[in-house]
Amino acid sequence: MSETAVQAPETQSPIAGNAVGRLRPWRDPWRKPRVLASFTWLYLAWSILPVAIAVLFSFNNGRSRSSWQGFSLRWYYQDPVLSVWHDPDLHTALFQTLRLAGLTTLIAVPIGVAFAIGIDRWRGRLPAAFNFQMLLSFVMPELIIGVTLLLVVSNLFTFLHLGTTAQVLGLITFQISYPVIIVRARLLTMGRDYEEAAMDLGASPTQALRRVLLPLLYPAIFASAVLVFADVIDDFVIVRYLSSDASTEPMAVKIFNGARSSPTPALNALATLMLAFSLVMVLIGFLVYRRMTRGERRQKAALGDLAAQI
Amino acid sequence: MIRAGRRPEGEGVWYPRWFWPSFAAPGVVWLVVLFLVPFYVVFAVAFGTFDFLGQPVPIWNPAQWYPGTFQRVLGQIFGSNGFLGPSFVRTFVYVGVASLLCLLIAYPVAYYVARYAGPRRGLLLVLLIAPFWISYIMRMFAWVNLLQSDGLVNKTLSSLHIISQPVNWLGGKPITVILGLVYGYIPYMILPLFAGLDRIDPNLLEASRDLGASRARSFIRVTLPLSKQAILAGLVIASLPMFGDYFTNDLLSGATSTSMIGNVINDAVGTAGRDAIGAALVLILMVILIIPMLYYVRSTARAARERVV
Repeated sequence: MSETAVQAPETQSPIAGNAVGRLRPWRDPWRKPRVLASFTWLYLAWSILPVAIAVLFSFNNGRSRSSWQGFSLRWYYQDPVLSVWHDPDLHTALFQTLRLAGLTTLIAVPIGVAFAIGIDRWRGRLPAAFNFQMLLSFVMPELIIGVTLLLVVSNLFTFLHLGTTAQVLGLITFQISYPVIIVRARLLTMGRDYEEAAMDLGASPTQALRRVLLPLLYPAIFASAVLVFADVIDDFVIVRYLSSDASTEPMAVKIFNGARSSPTPALNALATLMLAFSLVMVLIGFLVYRRMTRGERRQKAALGDLAAQI
Repeated sequence: MIRAGRRPEGEGVWYPRWFWPSFAAPGVVWLVVLFLVPFYVVFAVAFGTFDFLGQPVPIWNPAQWYPGTFQRVLGQIFGSNGFLGPSFVRTFVYVGVASLLCLLIAYPVAYYVARYAGPRRGLLLVLLIAPFWISYIMRMFAWVNLLQSDGLVNKTLSSLHIISQPVNWLGGKPITVILGLVYGYIPYMILPLFAGLDRIDPNLLEASRDLGASRARSFIRVTLPLSKQAILAGLVIASLPMFGDYFTNDLLSGATSTSMIGNVINDAVGTAGRDAIGAALVLILMVILIIPMLYYVRSTARAARERVV
């Protein structure tokens, strides 16, 4: 859309035409922005290549992470001691990550969705204050939230103990804002006409909610579940503070601990698996989301919805 | 505990007053118990005392709060030979330089994708968003691989005869830490810039060109002023997490000569008996960041409202 103004070689602008008989390349108002284009592709290469190289070396048939010794899966499962599959430490981490992501999504999304609906409809100063508090938890650096949670578990809620329970509670606190923000945005776009129509036709408030409002919210609820799941897989600060010992350390923490001390390509393999989990999750999420919102044929908006609240 | 507010006209006819508040209730309770209460605990610990073993003991009654620890930490930061002062100054320098570099790189990229990408726009957007789905730790780990003394960066540089001996990139070099921060947080900068630049009506630029402004002039007089909000938002969104970052430093440097506020907090919290100092530092960091955080909250709330239109 926006490029029509720029790339229209046929339509000669009167000003440019008269002022400089034959256009010199740098005066040509429709020249292609080559410098900007190369800069952008260079940036993308810089942003993606390091990760791609790390993934590549997870398949290295040697201990080195900088010289290629042939393709193998030894760091995934062939090596009997050090591979992700056989090193109990690493595969505990893998399952801990998935457990945390699953539990957090299951609890954070319903609470967040209900909160979004409630806050959206309930008028007054009190809900505005709670909404502010929720947004504050969204923008606060994770370090601050992590430390406050650690201190509350070690000083006040001592019955909680560090480990999976504390990690899940902490993650929910940090993640709850995703469903709230996404569902509220959807509620604002929808307006209240559908519900009011349903109730004019005789539905009770609960029926209108269950049979009209919730189905309309499914895409947003689904998108936020995908976001929360993928984000928990990548989480590091909170899960590290609230972990009790090695058995509750998820993948990100293992990678952090091993990165400088005992690096073998098994760590690359673990990182690659972590990457694969979140990318597959987001890809499936995107495809399902597009299917769900097919009637609304707003592909760009679908991508935008998933992307906008990160 | 829950009070229904006044009803706007034409609404609320069918609903009991407790209906909507009851939906919000679980989330409200959750935020109070696990977001507000923890902050109170941070105060109680920061202004608490110590037992005979030197372990911090929180004081729950604000009237009895003991300001000693807090004053000591302030002295260590602002005092003439306070050893925490340099870390604070360093944090501002690193975050400042890194955010500026982020802006210088992100702006042209966002500008290109918003205005000139054409049919490749979808692909470019996916590639710009991709880093969000790659764990931050993994992205830093990728650089640890590349920057090791026998890593690809040193190998490439020495095969080009730029360096004769491997450079110890990971041994406490400020430039490594700053580049790590730029690499880590630049995606947070690009998206708001893209959104802001994409919203500019191309007709305005066309008008400015028609009226005789050169490319450079219409950029400076039209595009730049119209993207001021986006630039500010991008700077805030990218620099906030940098202030709370300690892992970039730990992974890419590990030396105290490059430590930032985040490292000081993380080290204090990780050490037995130093929780109170960590708590005091968290409160100080909160005070430093409160204005950008409020700005970010406001712009998030506004963005949610504007999506309606």
